[in-house]
Amino acid sequence: MQFDFLNGMFVLMLSTFVGLMVIQRVSRLLHTPLMSLTNAISAIAVVGAILLAGEQETRLSTILGAVAVFASTTNIVSGFLITDRMLKMFKRREPK
Amino acid sequence: MIDQLVQLIYLISTALFILSLQWMSDPKTARRGVFAGVGGMALAVVGTLLHPQIVNFNWIVVALVLGAIAGIPLSKVALTAVPQRTALSHAFGGLAAGLVGTAKYYLWVQQGQLTRFRMGAIAIEVILGFMTLTGSLIAAGKLQEVLPTRPITYRNQNLINFTLLGVALVVAALLVVDPGRALLFPVLLVLALTFGVLLVLPIGGADMPTVISLLNSYAGLSAVAMGFVMENKLLITAGALDGASGLILSIVMCKAMNRSFGNVLFGAFGQVQAATGAVEQRTAKAATAEDAAQLLENASRVVIIPGYGMAVSQAQHRVHDLYEELAKRGVDVRFAIHPVAGRMPGHMNVLLAEAEIPYDRLVEMDDINPEMGQADVALVIGANDVVNPAARHDKNSPIFGMPIIDADKAKICLAIKRSMNPGFAGIENELYFADNTLMLFGDAKGMVGDIVKHLHGGSGH
Repeated sequence: MQFDFLNGMFVLMLSTFVGLMVIQRVSRLLHTPLMSLTNAISAIAVVGAILLAGEQETRLSTILGAVAVFASTTNIVSGFLITDRMLKMFKRREPK
Repeated sequence: MIDQLVQLIYLISTALFILSLQWMSDPKTARRGVFAGVGGMALAVVGTLLHPQIVNFNWIVVALVLGAIAGIPLSKVALTAVPQRTALSHAFGGLAAGLVGTAKYYLWVQQGQLTRFRMGAIAIEVILGFMTLTGSLIAAGKLQEVLPTRPITYRNQNLINFTLLGVALVVAALLVVDPGRALLFPVLLVLALTFGVLLVLPIGGADMPTVISLLNSYAGLSAVAMGFVMENKLLITAGALDGASGLILSIVMCKAMNRSFGNVLFGAFGQVQAATGAVEQRTAKAATAEDAAQLLENASRVVIIPGYGMAVSQAQHRVHDLYEELAKRGVDVRFAIHPVAGRMPGHMNVLLAEAEIPYDRLVEMDDINPEMGQADVALVIGANDVVNPAARHDKNSPIFGMPIIDADKAKICLAIKRSMNPGFAGIENELYFADNTLMLFGDAKGMVGDIVKHLHGGSGH
């Protein structure tokens, strides 16, 4: 699939606006879980790292790619788990 | 064919990420948001593994497994340590971006495919990635208190920092003009790493909410830059969502302190202006836990204002007991949450939620302030600058203009504090000397525990 600079800028601009609008509506109660969730999402860097580690072009690129896969996976796993752990704690008053 | 399938998977993954954040708008749907995020990420990984360029999976699988093993304990830290964990994960994010950029640079140099456009994207990626790495490590060190939390300053600090950034940008520009100058690339890496350290060193503990949010944004932007390097739209989208989130949180934090980005980053708050105020001997009135218990018991509306001190002394579970005791007596108890209370955005909410305080009792500053006049008792637990009335009227105060919670407007204000020492900014708090304020001297956990004991004992007769 074609990729060029302007194409990328289009995607960047649109997703930034979507991001700003969606995030503005996030409840302030949840700003800490929000940060750990976006942390996990930005570990999407794993995609680039996997390609690098899997292509095995040079030894250097493979090693650096593998370390990057490790770092991103750590963020994905810990980010999603801790977000869910925190969100489970937010409870309303039991109605009685 | 496969390529189109991969792009389709990425498209669904992008939609799931947006939905994930959308569902965070309400605590009721928020957990669904996590599932959507997990789904999006799983699709992204599977889609990427389908790429025909991948010739060997061994390294990938080993790294994925090790990463998951390292991730699980990091998700189980105590909630008071969540700010450090968050800083550490920003560091990992920056590291991943920086490493991929570095690898791509040497790969493309070797293959003679390093265009100027690619070089520009790599330069942005490694600068953002590596400065996020070291900056976040310093922030994590300060939060964990292995490094001093006070601002570390030296002469001409800002000049040195700006010069360093300037040199890094010049080196990046030289590389873009002639990507073949391979000797300059390591220089760029070192400059970025050093700049990250120097950027965060002068920032004090109480400014951490803003710094963490900014680093969050940088980590996202480094993923965006990686998207341009790898020519991958999914990376750009997800990175931009993260960058936008960090930006909004930074703005919320700055507004809550009435300060600009520049002031937080280059102001070294809490260092210079100490001990300039007029030394005026004033006395504060002290009270005991028993007095406090009586006042609270006879109140009909109580507002509790927690701050970082509550987290430090791990008092949140005692606070829950207090909440229960008062709620049993029909007292209306609410919690007033200042946006910068704690060490990261939303820190107090998470701690109180952990202590099983229902979230509909947690009220934002702007919503509670108009009602503070009707409160019978305001109980300040480990908060200081965010309740200092000087912010409203004293033009000479360093925190003048900062929005505060109007604890002084309650009929009676009780403030738990270890001693009369001023807070992080070295500013005296007039609240403690007000006519309607009673000081409860002691550790937050012990003092709240004592109040609960008196309430509990008193309920028997």
